[in-house]
Amino acid sequence: MTSEGLQISKEESGIIVSPTKTITLRIFRYNPKINNESKFDEFKIPYQRWTTVLDAILEVKKHLDHSIAVRYSCRQASCGSCGMKINGRPALACFTKISELNSDVITIEPMNNFPIIRDLAVGFERMFSTHKKIKPYIINEESEINPGTKEFLQTPEDVEKYIQFSSCIKCGLCNSACPTMATDSSFVGPQALAQAYRYVADNRDKGKDDRLKIIDDSHGIFRCHFAGSCSQVCPKGVDPAMGIQLLRGYLLGFRD
Amino acid sequence: MAKVDENKEGIKGMVNPTRYGIERFAYLLMRLTGLGLLAYFVAHIYETSNILRGKVGWQEFLAITQTPEGHIILAIVIGMSVFHTVNGIRVMLGHGGIGVGKPARPDYPYAPQSQNARHKIAIYSSIVLAALAMMYGLAVMFGE
Ligand code: SF4
Ligand code: FES
Repeated sequence: MTSEGLQISKEESGIIVSPTKTITLRIFRYNPKINNESKFDEFKIPYQRWTTVLDAILEVKKHLDHSIAVRYSCRQASCGSCGMKINGRPALACFTKISELNSDVITIEPMNNFPIIRDLAVGFERMFSTHKKIKPYIINEESEINPGTKEFLQTPEDVEKYIQFSSCIKCGLCNSACPTMATDSSFVGPQALAQAYRYVADNRDKGKDDRLKIIDDSHGIFRCHFAGSCSQVCPKGVDPAMGIQLLRGYLLGFRD
Repeated sequence: MAKVDENKEGIKGMVNPTRYGIERFAYLLMRLTGLGLLAYFVAHIYETSNILRGKVGWQEFLAITQTPEGHIILAIVIGMSVFHTVNGIRVMLGHGGIGVGKPARPDYPYAPQSQNARHKIAIYSSIVLAALAMMYGLAVMFGE
């Protein structure tokens, strides 16, 4: 668009474009295929009030260094791909505005407690396999899809018991913030535990005993000390710490 | 910096209380006071075993706790016990799913129910009670 065209569209829309400011991004760089050394590269880029950290990284990729490895897809906090450590705290890059960070320098690192593939991209294999281990599906001999079997009716109250936990987008931020995961490689982790509760709390499901057996092991639910950091960083309001404590209530005999 | 398999923060990350609110700080205090009380428990067994050395030996050893340093250590033990007990009750109830809120359809900006005001009040109360108990202990020990 010509500058004249831009002027016209500005006048017509009546939108006041805020002045552009600049920010320094410190991006973690590490490529195990080349060597075992990591470093931070700094980039100064312009940003607007609405610029997200992901927008800023993509701006750097587009104009300054295309080799930065970053995983993203939906850009709207739905796919769970863009989790990273932003100024020391795990967050979704597409859901974190630069203007909210109140900092002139933004340090971006890969999430902890996940193996680094390259730069900001981490491997989710362990989280997904742990997720699978807790049987994240309705276990019920009867099935709605078999002809002749009945529908599973649920009241709004029944749905309310698990709907919060079904918002999980598997972004892994909770696992990254968890203090137990910081030292225990075998801990099942808040993501999977919250999902175990999601299915146990669903009145269509009959797999409670199975799942309780799976999580009641030496690196299972009792390694959670209710620090609550998982819930502090969860971008979808899942509140894994709540799910874990409610789940533990079954094992401790507070609930049946 | 060489990267380990899972890029874990390790103990350094576990004990960093600055990023995740008062609950993470309480988590750290709980662990530290737990370790401190364990150390005291072992020292206490050693101390009381001195009775086997007879009355004189026992009194000699007891004199150590009557010094200003001994008083300060005992005051810290009092603080650790009170914090660990009061916060421990909060955590134990939480572990049973009591007081962690009721699941509901989440609404933006998603304030986590399990980190509710009751927990924050309980944490601050356990810190204040521990401080008061320490002050009382110091007043009694140094006031002798
Ligand atoms: S519980 Fe929250 S933080 Fe954890 S994976 Fe699911 S959406 Fe992400
Ligand atoms: S890009 Fe999908 S959650 Fe951020």
